[in-house]
Amino acid sequence: MSDTILADKPVRTYRDYGRPLWRRILMTHEMAIIGLLVLVYIVAYVSVPGFAGPLTIQYLLPNVAAVLLIALPMTLIIVTGEIDLSVASTAGLAGVAFGIANNAGLGVGVAVVVALLVGVAAGAINGFFITVVGLPSLAVTIGTLALFRGLAVGLVGTDRIGDFPDELRSLVLDRIPGTPIPNIIVLFVVLALVFAIVLHFTPAGRGIFAIGLSSEAARFSGVRIERTKFLLFVVSGLVSAVAGIYYALKTNVSLADNTAGLELSVIAAVLLGGVSIFGGRGALHGVIAGVLLIGLLGSALRLVGLTSDVISIVTGVLLVASVVATSFLAWLRVKRVVPGGKKGSPGPVQ
Amino acid sequence: MNPVLSRLARFVTARETGILLALVIVVAITTAVNPRFLFSGDGFRDLLLTPSILLLVAVGQAIVIITRNVDLSVGSTLGLSAYLTGRIFIDLPWLPWPAVFLIGILFGAALGLINGALVAFAKVPSLVITLGTLYAFRGINVLWTGSDRINPSDMPKDFLALGTSAIAGIPYLTILAIVVLVVAGWFLRTQRAGRELYAIGSDPGAAHLYGLKVTQRTLAAFVVCGALAGLAGVLYAARYGTVNSQAGYGWELDAVGAAVIGGVAIFGGSGTVWGAAIGAYLLLTISRALPVVGVPDFWQGAVVGALILGAIVLDRLLALRTARRLRDVHARERKEVTS
Repeated sequence: MSDTILADKPVRTYRDYGRPLWRRILMTHEMAIIGLLVLVYIVAYVSVPGFAGPLTIQYLLPNVAAVLLIALPMTLIIVTGEIDLSVASTAGLAGVAFGIANNAGLGVGVAVVVALLVGVAAGAINGFFITVVGLPSLAVTIGTLALFRGLAVGLVGTDRIGDFPDELRSLVLDRIPGTPIPNIIVLFVVLALVFAIVLHFTPAGRGIFAIGLSSEAARFSGVRIERTKFLLFVVSGLVSAVAGIYYALKTNVSLADNTAGLELSVIAAVLLGGVSIFGGRGALHGVIAGVLLIGLLGSALRLVGLTSDVISIVTGVLLVASVVATSFLAWLRVKRVVPGGKKGSPGPVQ
Repeated sequence: MNPVLSRLARFVTARETGILLALVIVVAITTAVNPRFLFSGDGFRDLLLTPSILLLVAVGQAIVIITRNVDLSVGSTLGLSAYLTGRIFIDLPWLPWPAVFLIGILFGAALGLINGALVAFAKVPSLVITLGTLYAFRGINVLWTGSDRINPSDMPKDFLALGTSAIAGIPYLTILAIVVLVVAGWFLRTQRAGRELYAIGSDPGAAHLYGLKVTQRTLAAFVVCGALAGLAGVLYAARYGTVNSQAGYGWELDAVGAAVIGGVAIFGGSGTVWGAAIGAYLLLTISRALPVVGVPDFWQGAVVGALILGAIVLDRLLALRTARRLRDVHARERKEVTS
């Protein structure tokens, strides 16, 4: 809303650059989530029986790996102000393609390539409708969410396609010797570094933030908006396909409803990690902490004997609380700097 | 122009007419393949009955989307309300069933109030809030229900009859849904508060500057949406008889899909509840029609997805055409003024 922007923008600039460097680094949403993550870990470590051993991490990481992977491109997409709801369906479809190709005797290498190509094609379809036709990504990806899942169900029905080669399974699922960390996490760390460098340390990354802050201004600064968004959706499809292959290998079966509903977990974690749904704001370390926080809370609650229902309540409340808190803090800040300046309710999260 | 003719012209060119036409074509083709799809007591009843509950949810969703918001928690609200309905019949058997309807609606409205208050007062995007409450409400539902299940034997016969029986061939549920639809359609089209919802959805900032009660209206939209989801939950219990903790799972996407197919713009400010209602009918009728025309049920989801994509592309093309026509009109007017 225009009046809030007028009231808000100069204030933000003043506060953001008027503060000492250490406060700018520590007093952020990302650090709050990381702090909360550490706090939850310590509290659970001390007070939850059975949490302290390596088994917790050993169970946690394989379970959150798919969400971790998809959260990377999702962060970039949400920073540009778009959204991709079709990621879980893309992952499911790629997993099914992987299973079918593997079953057809094409060899597991070809099967992986086929699945990745399916992911790229799915991302390109989203990108085409969003950047070429110019449709809102929310509507397009609700459509492709149904479409890609529908194709997966159409292709395999209720069949169970499985039995992937043990070599590939162990390559992905085995733990790094001496640690509770599965190999897939190595791939994730590499990808996370690439995404973090692109988003935070390259002109392309500045362009992504610029699109989210003001698409108009970005265009005049020479950011190729359509091309950037198209590429991001293709990358999102590709990474989702990787997650789909991983999920199929982990469960050793390609079902039509593999990873169904995962898009909501990914988006919840990304937003919890401090990425603004309006775009233009967010950082990858916050997102990774967000995914781990939800996963870790789940493990701890499960060990205490609570079931998945409580975990979903906690996820929901945490998500709502994190955005409401951000909005409330922004409102307090405006109130403090501009006394009596803005009456009524808090302004939107910027 | 003759008023009747102009009204007819408006009907023919309306966005909703296209969807209605698609629905008629689907029904016609399916009936040609298997006449029992339409021309049998059960066929005709199911055609009307199956989408009625989704229609209610889609109408609520459309009202929220028109204000440039979205309510992803409707499926969870429906599930909670459906289980609550069953619980009331078990725990308070002396309560007459119309009271149960009222409780279901009020309960849904209360959940809608939570969403609306968070969106309207905290000024946090509805997509995030309702994603959070989707989880929270479903979690509460699973916690409360556990592995328990409401069975038809737990509920009174006349209540269950309401869910399936018909009067003069038209199911009670459909009549109720149509009544809600007509009231909502009339309100949004003719009432001041209804028009303000469109103004808010077109440009929330401008609406605020113009002096519209943005907070209040947004809140009301969410309350109505929640109330309709609550009502849908009661009807879900009546229609299906069994309610477990997963009732209404995934309905939010069907409801948003129905609204989008029916021409409600996802970024607010345009579309009608009529469109959303026809969208709900089209969505579920296609799902039922596919097996009849020989397409395995498994492909339903893909068709629904293609339908949503087709609908939004169509909307885009229509919007471009309208923009071009408006530009031409302006150009002509300017020429007339200067000459």
